[in-house]
Amino acid sequence: MEYESLYQDIILDHYRNPHHRGLREPYDAEVHHVNPLCGDEVTVRVSLKEVGGEPAVADVSYDALGCSISQASASVMTDLVIGKSVDDAMAVCEEFLGLMRSKGAGEPDEDMLEDAVAFSGVSKYPARIKCALLGWMAWKDATARALEEAS
Amino acid sequence: MTFDVARIRKDFPILDRQIRGGQPLIYLDSANTSQKPRQVLDAMTEFYERHNANIHRASHQLGEEATEAYEGARIKVGEFIGARDETEVVFTKNISEAINLVAYSMSNATAAGPGRFALGPGDEIVITEMEHHSNIVPWQLLCQRTGATLRWFGVTPDGTLDTSNIGDLITERTKLVALVHQSNVLGTINPVRMIADAAHAVGALVLVDAAQSVPHMAVDVASLGADFLGFTGHKLCGPTGIGVLWARRELLDEMPPFLGGGEMIESVWMDRSTFAPPPHKFEAGTMPIAQAVGLGAAIDYLTEVGLDAIRAHELQLIEHALGALAAVDGLRIMGPGSPVDRGSAISFTVEGVHPHDISQVLDDLGIAVRAGHHCAWPLHRAFGVQASTRASFYLYNTHEEADALTEGIRQAQRFFALA
Repeated sequence: MEYESLYQDIILDHYRNPHHRGLREPYDAEVHHVNPLCGDEVTVRVSLKEVGGEPAVADVSYDALGCSISQASASVMTDLVIGKSVDDAMAVCEEFLGLMRSKGAGEPDEDMLEDAVAFSGVSKYPARIKCALLGWMAWKDATARALEEAS
Repeated sequence: MTFDVARIRKDFPILDRQIRGGQPLIYLDSANTSQKPRQVLDAMTEFYERHNANIHRASHQLGEEATEAYEGARIKVGEFIGARDETEVVFTKNISEAINLVAYSMSNATAAGPGRFALGPGDEIVITEMEHHSNIVPWQLLCQRTGATLRWFGVTPDGTLDTSNIGDLITERTKLVALVHQSNVLGTINPVRMIADAAHAVGALVLVDAAQSVPHMAVDVASLGADFLGFTGHKLCGPTGIGVLWARRELLDEMPPFLGGGEMIESVWMDRSTFAPPPHKFEAGTMPIAQAVGLGAAIDYLTEVGLDAIRAHELQLIEHALGALAAVDGLRIMGPGSPVDRGSAISFTVEGVHPHDISQVLDDLGIAVRAGHHCAWPLHRAFGVQASTRASFYLYNTHEEADALTEGIRQAQRFFALA
């Protein structure tokens, strides 16, 4: 069945055993995003640090309610952005966004997206793209706010 | 005529479609929008091919034919819901616009000074926790504009309206009670008459959201005790873009207009205007003419099949579906568990599997359902759930389709449990 290729093992693994889940201190910014289509919600906290004069992602913690796609995507997102410079993490976010807009025809950069390539199939289902982006968009928003606070 | 679902299905061309790589379509999303029979599609095509013109203002044969078709649809609507005459029927683009028409007319009345439709601090509007957003948000906005207070009936854990505090809710402060006839989530059919009588006893007006009831059962505005009643064409085998506000004529006479523009006027000067009598006072600009014709054809179609026969078919379907769903481990039905006082929208949650994931698996099997909060977020909060899956049945659905639904849900459970 098609859904078996949508729900790759990587997605189901992250859904069952999410990484970095739970809200943690300290944090520089916290945001709450909802998907108005289905009511799924996520709270994301971002903690930044300075590495070599550049802002970097020290920690991302979150609490989320939602479907397997939104839960797994938030988990994968934290794996990908924690420890990176904000610029590099934003670049990964943009790459993921591009993949989600690809309507199933994307050729994702596997080195950059790692586990997130498993979400390729989501881009074929317009109703689910928002699910996959919920955590990412919240992280992007929280990071922008944290940078604003710092400046 | 006996009800023959196989024959009914032949009227709906879309039901022959195969989707997602060859699965026959099982359409269980009619509470969202219904499918359209050939008779409706043909009526709209014929209108465009033979009679198309603007209405009321074209002094030529096509204009006369188009006007007759449009006004003929209004007469059909009026007869369908038991209006005193067709001047009580206002066409809108959907029920949301119908409800907003009443809310903005009350706003305009408030701006014009004291009167029957004016609201202010101390006045109250009463709604219910099981409303669709379209019967919540317009009243929130009206209260913000006027200083009136919004209050609401709660919902019991078994999904019926909690009327235990009706005496506290409906008081001499109440100006309007707006409630849904049949919940789009729970399927619950509300005791509209009882609440309308309580509202009328204190001089309040009653608006009924009948979007989910008018397509499925015979509805009579007078026996409901409604002052306003709205529904939408696309849920009753008609096209999108056409809805109805029915109101008692004396109310429409008194209410100020909602939208200004062509066709709704009597005379216009540079500094003021006077308005056409109802219903035209509330129909500004070129209306969805072909859609009104389509709605008229849908009403003809449903009348010919028979609303009582449709209701009887759906009651059997609901009973079968409720039984099949109740046998699924971990499945919880929101709303009444028996077909009594319930319509054919059945929402449920499945332990451990999110509604979006359920609907994704079902979609793959060709089964169209809705997942989410179904534009009734406060109701889902009241039930302590974020979202639900909703299967909604109509005259063209079968017991086999209900069985396919439960089998699909079990398949989703197996997949997400094992994976």
